[in-house]
Amino acid sequence: MGMTMTQKILAAHAGMNEVHAGQLIQAKLDLTLGNDITAPVAINEFEAAGFDKIFDKKKVVFVMDHFTPNKDIKSATQCKQCRVFAKRFGLENFFDVGTMGIEHALLPEKGLVAPGEAVIGADSHTCTYGALNAFSTGVGSTDLGAAMSVGYTWFKVPAAIKINLTGKKKDFVSGKDVILFLIGKIGVDGALYKSLEFSGEGLKELTMADRLTIANMAIEAGAKNGIFPVDEITREFLEGRVTRDWKAYEPDPDAEYEQVINLDLNEIDCTVSWPHLPENAKPATEGREIKIDQIVIGSCTNGRIDDLKAAADILKGRHLAEGVRGIIIPATQSVYREAMKRGYFDIFLDAGCIISTPTCGPCLGGHMGVLAKGERCVSTTNRNFVGRMGHTESEIYLASPAVAAASGIAGHIAHPKEVL
Amino acid sequence: MSAHKYGDHVDTDVIIPARYLASQDEKELASHCMEDIDKDFVKKVKPGDIMVAGFNFGCGSSREHAPVAIKASGISCVIAKSFARIFYRNAINIGLAILECPEAAEDISDGDEVSVNFDTGVITNVTKNKTYKAEPFPEFIKKMIDEGGLIASLKNKKGA
Repeated sequence: MGMTMTQKILAAHAGMNEVHAGQLIQAKLDLTLGNDITAPVAINEFEAAGFDKIFDKKKVVFVMDHFTPNKDIKSATQCKQCRVFAKRFGLENFFDVGTMGIEHALLPEKGLVAPGEAVIGADSHTCTYGALNAFSTGVGSTDLGAAMSVGYTWFKVPAAIKINLTGKKKDFVSGKDVILFLIGKIGVDGALYKSLEFSGEGLKELTMADRLTIANMAIEAGAKNGIFPVDEITREFLEGRVTRDWKAYEPDPDAEYEQVINLDLNEIDCTVSWPHLPENAKPATEGREIKIDQIVIGSCTNGRIDDLKAAADILKGRHLAEGVRGIIIPATQSVYREAMKRGYFDIFLDAGCIISTPTCGPCLGGHMGVLAKGERCVSTTNRNFVGRMGHTESEIYLASPAVAAASGIAGHIAHPKEVL
Repeated sequence: MSAHKYGDHVDTDVIIPARYLASQDEKELASHCMEDIDKDFVKKVKPGDIMVAGFNFGCGSSREHAPVAIKASGISCVIAKSFARIFYRNAINIGLAILECPEAAEDISDGDEVSVNFDTGVITNVTKNKTYKAEPFPEFIKKMIDEGGLIASLKNKKGA
């Protein structure tokens, strides 16, 4: 029986010719990632185990992005703990305030992940790098702590679901709409323990930003990872970023998929996920009655330059509705600079929005936009769980940057065509 | 041991909200466990109690603080219809016993007296006078949980 893309990458990293779903393997890792919330716990475990070396100074990566610039003394202490560890072991990829960005936007941008590589991160959205044909998945801090020292970890080889994409994207539709639509179709545990493997002629419709957003939210369907094949769009993105050798993996023609789901892009319109699960997906046009208090445009899901462009295209020459607060968070320093150069900052400021330094901040109710009781937010982030962005009686509506911008202008959930 | 019952898709944000993640202290984490969906949990829970839930327990964020908070609250075992994969791995790594048993998870009611035999995987509902069978953990996982998790168990191995 043939192998999926994921299975091939895992086999290569386990030094095996073949693996099958359900098999337990030990795989070498090309990168391990921690952030200011999960790395401190990993460091504690690392030290408790008595480890005194890391497997590779280039491949143990820390990004201080969740509660930074630090929101309080406790979060500052956690960053300090990471800083001390990074210095002690000479980490070459330690990203602190000034160089950091939101981890899953930053690592691809810096060329730290390439096709065919295997990555774990103590952050559930580590699955983002599947957009680049890498196998990447989220783990906890103990797994990270051990892997930082030894450079390998164990995996259960996942079965897979194939998502066959056809058709063309409609106007204003982005990767976010595609993934929200898909999660709406299969549910938040529709891909539990499995790989989501994307394929089909519809792939050429998806920009790298679209793919990063889609792979990012694979976890929101319960998946172990989401993965795309390499094409011209991938190669163009990698050009100038990744200089080391890499290998692309395609599924075997007879690869085993537990399920094949056909998605016709023509049938997907701007989509919003209602509280309190990402699977509560509906067309944005059904949200006219939902008055909102805040929009957030940013996060590892949608804080890239293409995302800010989509928002700027709609906000240009327009203003937020009265009573709506607009929070824009470029995901990395270079996205920030590029947005500034392109004149988006003027557009956002004229529209009545604020522009934040890169941070995960409000996505997980940390800081920079926490919600009060009864407030509603249209957010380009990835989770609308109870209390995720603040009070347990606040509401989060997940959407694309275009829909968030349009909703900010309208004062209620809106399809972009309603405000243009 | 009393059962504390919850529904499907209990996410790690409600198990331990991110606003408390600037702490790594397990007692402090435990003092906020489940508060966003059950503010009385911390008051009700007694050492050795069992948590029971539906599908996809522990979905969302990979925060290991979630199983740590549950374990430190006194819960001795989580029984669910299914677990989200990162939570599953984290629970074993930090030494929190978890059992996948759809039948038990469906049948056990909040407040039922429940006991678990980890050697056999048999779950006994004393209140309803019923038993359910879960797949027991293999010996090495059971040992890891008994010893307090992956790191503690590695240390024991090293010392031996």
